[in-house]
Amino acid sequence: MDQTRNILYFVAIAALIIITGMVQSWNSALLILNMGLISAVMALGVNLQWGFAGLFNVGVMGFVALGGLAAVLVSTDPVSEAWSAGGLRILFALAVGAGIIGATTIAYRRITATRPRVIAMVSILGLGFFLYRALLDPAVQAVESINPALQGNLGGLGLPIILAWPIGGLFAAGAAWIIGKAALGLRSDYLAIATLGISEIIIAILKNEDWLARGVKNVIGLDRPVPKEIDLQESAQFIERASGLGIDPVTASALFVKLNYALLFSVVLIILLVMVQLSLKSPWGRMMRAIRDNETAAAAMGKNVTNRHLQIFILGSAICGIAGAMMTTLDGQLTPGSYQPLRFTFLIWVMVIVGGSGNNFGAVLGGFLIWFLWVQVEPMSQYLVTLLTAGMAEDNALRLHMMESVAYMRLLTMGLVLLLVLRFSPRGLIPEK
Amino acid sequence: MDFINGLVVLLNFVLIPATAYGAQLALGALGVTLIYGILRFSNFAHGDTMAFGTMITVLVTWWFQSMGISFGPLPTALLALPLGIAATAALVLMTDRGVYQFYRAQKAKPVILVIVSMGVMFVMNGVVRIIIGVDDQRFSDGERFIFSVREFKAATGLREGMALKTTQGITVITALIVVIALFWFLNKTRTGKSMRAYADNEDLALLSGINPERVVAVIWIIVAALATIAGVLYGLDKSFKPFTYFQLLLPIFASAIVGGLGNPLGAIAGGFVVAYSEVMITYAWKKVLKYWMPESLEPSTLMQLLSTEYKFAVSFMILIVVLLFRPTGLFKGKAY
Repeated sequence: MDQTRNILYFVAIAALIIITGMVQSWNSALLILNMGLISAVMALGVNLQWGFAGLFNVGVMGFVALGGLAAVLVSTDPVSEAWSAGGLRILFALAVGAGIIGATTIAYRRITATRPRVIAMVSILGLGFFLYRALLDPAVQAVESINPALQGNLGGLGLPIILAWPIGGLFAAGAAWIIGKAALGLRSDYLAIATLGISEIIIAILKNEDWLARGVKNVIGLDRPVPKEIDLQESAQFIERASGLGIDPVTASALFVKLNYALLFSVVLIILLVMVQLSLKSPWGRMMRAIRDNETAAAAMGKNVTNRHLQIFILGSAICGIAGAMMTTLDGQLTPGSYQPLRFTFLIWVMVIVGGSGNNFGAVLGGFLIWFLWVQVEPMSQYLVTLLTAGMAEDNALRLHMMESVAYMRLLTMGLVLLLVLRFSPRGLIPEK
Repeated sequence: MDFINGLVVLLNFVLIPATAYGAQLALGALGVTLIYGILRFSNFAHGDTMAFGTMITVLVTWWFQSMGISFGPLPTALLALPLGIAATAALVLMTDRGVYQFYRAQKAKPVILVIVSMGVMFVMNGVVRIIIGVDDQRFSDGERFIFSVREFKAATGLREGMALKTTQGITVITALIVVIALFWFLNKTRTGKSMRAYADNEDLALLSGINPERVVAVIWIIVAALATIAGVLYGLDKSFKPFTYFQLLLPIFASAIVGGLGNPLGAIAGGFVVAYSEVMITYAWKKVLKYWMPESLEPSTLMQLLSTEYKFAVSFMILIVVLLFRPTGLFKGKAY
């Protein structure tokens, strides 16, 4: 019974996307499918943290952005002049910065008396900060002055971009380890604010540190794991096949590229889904849920709650990082200015809650459904406004205003969907078993 | 003389703006802390409540301006403020009836209420953007300065100037009045006392004949007033842009937590701690040190600890330090 209902949900989503293809265009249907796959991966990551362990992470945006950074750092070519101008000096300065933080931690651990401890920590941090800036600033200036119109950064490793996906996961995992160490002992609302803050800081770093990934000057034209449309359009074989199917080569190449992406993303989603599903059913998964439902009882049974929380926080964040790298690959560019918490953090939360927290298939379903709504609410409300204002003059102020504000209907709709689900079906569309 | 010149620069660029900003943060944090203390959840929709209240005030201000009503040297927005508060109060009361009440009756866990407030945040965010759009709106009018740089220089004969904007003066005075009124209300009136009783022990308050729904309604009205006032003051001082108000959520929560969540006095202290550190750490100190240091030691760099884009990092660092070393905040907060 439940099984058939769940299958019906997925069939309905597939039908929605197919209808989009027939009514609007296959291009936009595939766009929705691709971003739906990526959203599903993000939702899996958040579901791992919230659904399995009850961790309230509202810093998803930061981990997604780190994945994007990985895509740039792995795939772009290294800028050799920038490296010789100051690349090693930047690395050295960063190492010194890490050393200062390490020294402060040692001081905190070794010195027990309160006053000397505070004095030691403050002086190490204070002097260390100036030393760090004195080392970093000239090196950064040297790097950023190299060909600033096109580069001004250190570049990357020049490796295939698909390698950035696991590396994006590693980046996010590393950040999650640091955050988790500091903030996981906190109560749920404190953890929420702490993660919200971290994600804003990560975005601020991406926007400001031009030597890293050009900041707000953006990195465009990233490498692709799939053929380019323009190459396909020039290949005789492809044109022949396209005309055999009765599609013009330009449309066919766009569809072909997107289908390739969809295939790659599906592989990632399925691998991750199998992994989290297996872990959910394993003793480890049962332990996680036991900790979530009653921390005290689980601790009394000898489970190390803090360490298990740290573990699952890192895993969930890593999945978000992978999704972030996939998204930047799909976009072909990294634009730090476009990362906004409503879109990259809270929307993912809506996906998890609506789909069904604690159920991986629910998270995937939520990812597809909410992404579909997010994209389609705008044209739908545009249609609605046109219908409502049909009697008004073309330049009626109210009509113009309503047309302009159609774009923000999606925020309103997402809020209403979330509130309605929480009220009438709080366990989501596919509840946890 | 050099010392006084340096002091004037410090006042003009650091202390006066930070005091105004601190007062705005403190009012915002008071709203967050009251909700936390009495309804027991972190309200993520607070930034957008501020945006909604400010938006109504801006619209009413424009309407007044078009009718030629003005408030003399003071901004017209102050006249529009009561209407903004009323509309916001109506909105949050409706939200409470339609959304939060259900979960309160169920005695849902606080974290569920936080997620519910995320939904409310989305809706309010959408409503504000649909009505007024996403662009910057300026709505301050009246006298711009209490005294300007030129007047100050002429009066004192100093090399450096100092200005005091009307909005800064209004911010501090309004915040002072609001805070005094709030504390008088909480400590002296019957309703205020019943609110504190409800916050301390819900069941006991119920037994003593306190009507919980009335307490909750009053608290929402107060929060609406605080949020609207904080939002309008911030908008007058800088400008009104919905996204900025959403982003204010972080420093506001940092202030409330640093002061101790649920503690009104702490929220005020937290607001100023966060504001002063934000401004001081992102200010380029060269101009002040130029006067205060002997010529041989004059700094060659800007002496800016962090660039202004990192101001979120500052509120965040204070937050983490306080949470690690004093988890209940500077003033003792509550923990549910």
